[in-house]
Amino acid sequence: MTEDIRALSAQYAADPSSLVFLRLGEALRQRGQLEAALKVALGGLARYPHLPDAHDLYARVLTDRHDFATAFDAWDTVLRLMPHHIGAHKGIGFLYYHAGEPQHALYHLRLAAELDPEDSGLRTAVERVAGGHEIWDTALPEAPPPREEEARAATVSGGEPFVGLEGARDRLLLVDQNGLRLGGGLAGPDGRDVSEEAAAILAGTTREASRAARLLELGEWTHLTLEGAEVGACLLNPTTDTSLLAAMDAGFPAGQLSFFAERAAKAARAWLERVR
Amino acid sequence: MSPAYAPLLEALTRLRGIRGAMVVAAQDGLVVAESLMGGVKGSALAAMAASLTGRATELSSRAGFGVPRFLHLQATDGSLLVAPASGDLVLVAVAGRDVPLGLLRLEMLRMAERLS
Repeated sequence: MTEDIRALSAQYAADPSSLVFLRLGEALRQRGQLEAALKVALGGLARYPHLPDAHDLYARVLTDRHDFATAFDAWDTVLRLMPHHIGAHKGIGFLYYHAGEPQHALYHLRLAAELDPEDSGLRTAVERVAGGHEIWDTALPEAPPPREEEARAATVSGGEPFVGLEGARDRLLLVDQNGLRLGGGLAGPDGRDVSEEAAAILAGTTREASRAARLLELGEWTHLTLEGAEVGACLLNPTTDTSLLAAMDAGFPAGQLSFFAERAAKAARAWLERVR
Repeated sequence: MSPAYAPLLEALTRLRGIRGAMVVAAQDGLVVAESLMGGVKGSALAAMAASLTGRATELSSRAGFGVPRFLHLQATDGSLLVAPASGDLVLVAVAGRDVPLGLLRLEMLRMAERLS
């Protein structure tokens, strides 16, 4: 396994944009190197935010880290992207079972078993959850109410618009035009939550940026970057009625900040489309 | 107008794509010195730059990022760049679309250090 990790790491280093991160992250996870696996998973998600398998890897690593709430969000995202993803149904089934909701667990595990009838381990799991009944004698329970899943996702993750992006909870902040926080969060250098304080002035700042561009005949503004001694921030409007702030440590190349913000804006737009 | 800033602003406006540069008092948005191409409205530029800098500084302060040392407003047809200097002064440049932003940023940061 160590050799596999070395070989995969070398491949990943040679071509960070390849999909080898999926195999490397999984190998690290299986090896119990969860910090490294998480880093690889997040790096892959940053490049491939719409790849279901990238979210699936992230969810598996989170589950091993016992961060079940965020793992649920990640698998929920997988199922939005690919409703018949076996790994996500298995993962959510496990999480429901772990949370003491066997009927909801059975629903997802049965669906996974139908998608992969050859998986004997899965078959055993379904039968165990079904109280020992033979799998195909077990009626498919009703799907968990969608509203419950939405509510759960909203409860467990303040950063839902940015699930899968690095800094989803402390470096990315989305607000409405009134300066009310919609998602994400922001932490100051001392770790204190400064989301609400920043949110209150973020929308006004982007309005000012828009006004300046218009009055100075520079066309439509696209983004505003603030470069601080320790932190850099990029502001933009993902939609006409929302504002986003993306922050990065000043040590990162300045050019990366706007890419990071653009990726976050794309995720915010997708999220807004879903929730509106 | 302060003639002391003229050589600095002229050096900046010699860079490709720069439409104008000025030194502005951030507190009230008044022009301290300017070197502008025709068509650029100095007082509007000073007022907008000062106002935007004030907003951005407040946001940065609330977020715990500290005082920004450089601001870059990117728009479809050009950019507004601001480098806060010591005291109340800010160095402001307005540029067109095709400008060497990296070089311009470095020059403005260097020049802002020399402003007093």
